[in-house]
Amino acid sequence: MPAPKAESKAEQPRADAKLRPVLPVRCHEVVLERGRRRLLDQVSVQFDNIDLTVVLGPNGAGKSLLLRVLAGLLAPDAGQLTWAGRAPDGARRLQVGLVLQKPVLLRRTAIANLEYALGFLRVSRQLRHKLAMTALEEAALGHLAKAPARLLSGGEQQRLATARALLLRPQLLLLDEPTAHLDPTSTGAIETLVLAARAGGTKVVWVTHDLGQARRLGENIMFMHKGQIAESSDAEQFFETPASTPAQAFLAGRLLT
Amino acid sequence: MQDLSGAFVHAYTLITTFDPALVEIIALSLQVSLLAVLVATVIGLPLGALLAVWRFPGRRILIVILNSLMGLPPVVVGLTVYLLLSRSGPLGVLELLYTPTAMVIAQTLLVTPIVAALALQVIADLYDEYADQLRLFGASGYQIAWTLLWDARFSLLTAVLAGFGRAIAEVGAVLIVGGNINHATRVMTTSIALETSKGNLALALGLGIILVTIAVSINALVLTVRMRSERIAAT
Repeated sequence: MPAPKAESKAEQPRADAKLRPVLPVRCHEVVLERGRRRLLDQVSVQFDNIDLTVVLGPNGAGKSLLLRVLAGLLAPDAGQLTWAGRAPDGARRLQVGLVLQKPVLLRRTAIANLEYALGFLRVSRQLRHKLAMTALEEAALGHLAKAPARLLSGGEQQRLATARALLLRPQLLLLDEPTAHLDPTSTGAIETLVLAARAGGTKVVWVTHDLGQARRLGENIMFMHKGQIAESSDAEQFFETPASTPAQAFLAGRLLT
Repeated sequence: MQDLSGAFVHAYTLITTFDPALVEIIALSLQVSLLAVLVATVIGLPLGALLAVWRFPGRRILIVILNSLMGLPPVVVGLTVYLLLSRSGPLGVLELLYTPTAMVIAQTLLVTPIVAALALQVIADLYDEYADQLRLFGASGYQIAWTLLWDARFSLLTAVLAGFGRAIAEVGAVLIVGGNINHATRVMTTSIALETSKGNLALALGLGIILVTIAVSINALVLTVRMRSERIAAT
């Protein structure tokens, strides 16, 4: 796989970041309820200067829901979400990207999926093809450009979805367990893509329940349990001396109920 | 038995020699049904798409009504249009009764619910799948609609073909509003009914063979469309 062009990405002007800032992305005492259950319970969190935050926790902790709220897909029942101090709006929509756990690809070829996304950036058609092809090659999918996207393997589809999200040059990229069901090769490929984007200035929030991945990637670990942020700290500190009981149990491999 | 085999032979001759009476009837059938399906598609596709995507009070009731209209008996549609177009009816001044236009109107009313209901189902399923991702792109309502219609095009074509199949094969509606008038409103289905009752089996058989051939062709076309869809869009 070709080495990511981290340096050239860093050099490209980040005009959007100045024109349509979204950082810090902040939610304040956000509550999400379904029936009597609180799925997110007074969650207050802010993302701006940490390059890569890993959100860790057992299934059902509310990690995916938190990402959906941050991306503006889900309106909280209480509390506030702001992007750069203001409510999310359509003009800055593409500045916060989200890679869904199960990739949603259109019934088109791989390259057509990327070109479709570029349409939202108002990129000209000629340029769309060139940019899409470059992105495919960086994701080692160049040979599959004309293949129907939905016929690709799970790993290839998720790589494509990640490449698509990165193509839109978001300031903040959220990833919801993107490698949860993937083989090590695909996992490595996606991690490489995202780390290259991080080196280029994109802030990343990566949800996972895979401890190994959290150790590999995270600068900062946010541990969630039962809809709350149980703990948020520097990665080294988290893994060596977790402060909260749920985190300690999770790291020890015990089931959290 | 001799009569029957003779009728088959005669029918075969009528078909292979492009008998003018046969051709005239087939041409009118195709004109009426194709036009009806065209209008039904223009109304039904956007209607189905709208119902699939837009949430409004009473939507579910409207969907139930639409699904029920799919099973409207053609004779009832014919009767309704007859009442509307007859001299004492509200649209009697248009003098459309017993014309091909009346037949097109009746078949349009018959086919539109089919196209709309099938389109609704197809687009609703696709919207469920695409909704989050399209919202992440910030797609406008128009962009969402166009994306869904384009990506579902093969399934929508199948819905239109189903509508055509229904139109070309029905007899009740066109019989009542058209009157089966020779050289004016006689189509394949009404001709078959008439000629059979007269004992003129050759023409009836010839038309029956053509009609079945059309039905089989439509199904073959649907299969081809599905196969192409699987190859290109992986649906």
